[in-house]
Amino acid sequence: MSEFLAMGGYAWYVWMAYGGAALAIAVEIASVRARRKRAFDELRMSVEPTLRSPSMLGARGDR
Amino acid sequence: MLINWFRFSSPVSFYPVAGSWSYAFGAIAALLAGAGLVVALYIAPADATQGDAYRIIFIHVPAAWMAMLIYLVMAGWSALALGFNTRLSAMMAQALAPTGALMAAIALWTGAFWGRPTWGTYWAWDARMTSTLILLFLYLGIIALRAAIEDPRRADRACALLALVGAVNVPIIYFSVQWWNTLHQGSSISLTGAPKMAMTMLAGILIMTIAAWCYTIAVVLARVQAIIVERERGAGWLESLIDLRAAR
Repeated sequence: MSEFLAMGGYAWYVWMAYGGAALAIAVEIASVRARRKRAFDELRMSVEPTLRSPSMLGARGDR
Repeated sequence: MLINWFRFSSPVSFYPVAGSWSYAFGAIAALLAGAGLVVALYIAPADATQGDAYRIIFIHVPAAWMAMLIYLVMAGWSALALGFNTRLSAMMAQALAPTGALMAAIALWTGAFWGRPTWGTYWAWDARMTSTLILLFLYLGIIALRAAIEDPRRADRACALLALVGAVNVPIIYFSVQWWNTLHQGSSISLTGAPKMAMTMLAGILIMTIAAWCYTIAVVLARVQAIIVERERGAGWLESLIDLRAAR
């Protein structure tokens, strides 16, 4: 296992490359999901005025 | 099988399709990326001269290809948006730009960490590296231009023009290793002639490339859904989506 992680002495380069790419992809997936959720929440608020109050906003997670 | 593609040219009918395709392509991308990583990091043998440092190729090359391909697809949708004035085409172009920027950034990032152990430097003003950096700036410029224009339909046209003008950079990147003799190596894989690498290495790159395609389709379709909801608010058909999502 430690031999695998060592990458023949190139551990810093290989794992920085793979780690950076993985992090960037994770951030993109999270931001797209958040954007879609935000768009829906704003749409919902625009058609259901009763949902405008902050307490109701907090309860949206259970939908 | 006959599909009426014009049905999908309006956001109303495209929206639900985009959702299910996004999840399907996302699942395929995850499976392929898992298999590709096993090949890339474990099965493929170490390179004779570069040792394990070469393993960066399995993300570097798919990301670089994807960055160029996404630009061409984005320019294509932009041309459709300008020519036919269709809303969904412009939305597709809008949804592609951030993922294109991501792919260009990954190509540059992984290239830096590959260049250091093999060339002795993280960065050089090499023709291919510089033109890929310009590609990243073009993506960021298109995103910034849209953010700077209030009216979405005007932003569509401005961004489409910039995307089309910037498309000249893609062949420059592609042929840069032939036109200029600087640091970056030529291609090891071509459509004509045998690839200059071992079969497992080639298989790993191809699996990761297909995974990158599926990932891009999945994330762009999810983003175009968000864009449709953002931009079509006030259109009556969107209201029915709320019930749809609540029922999920």
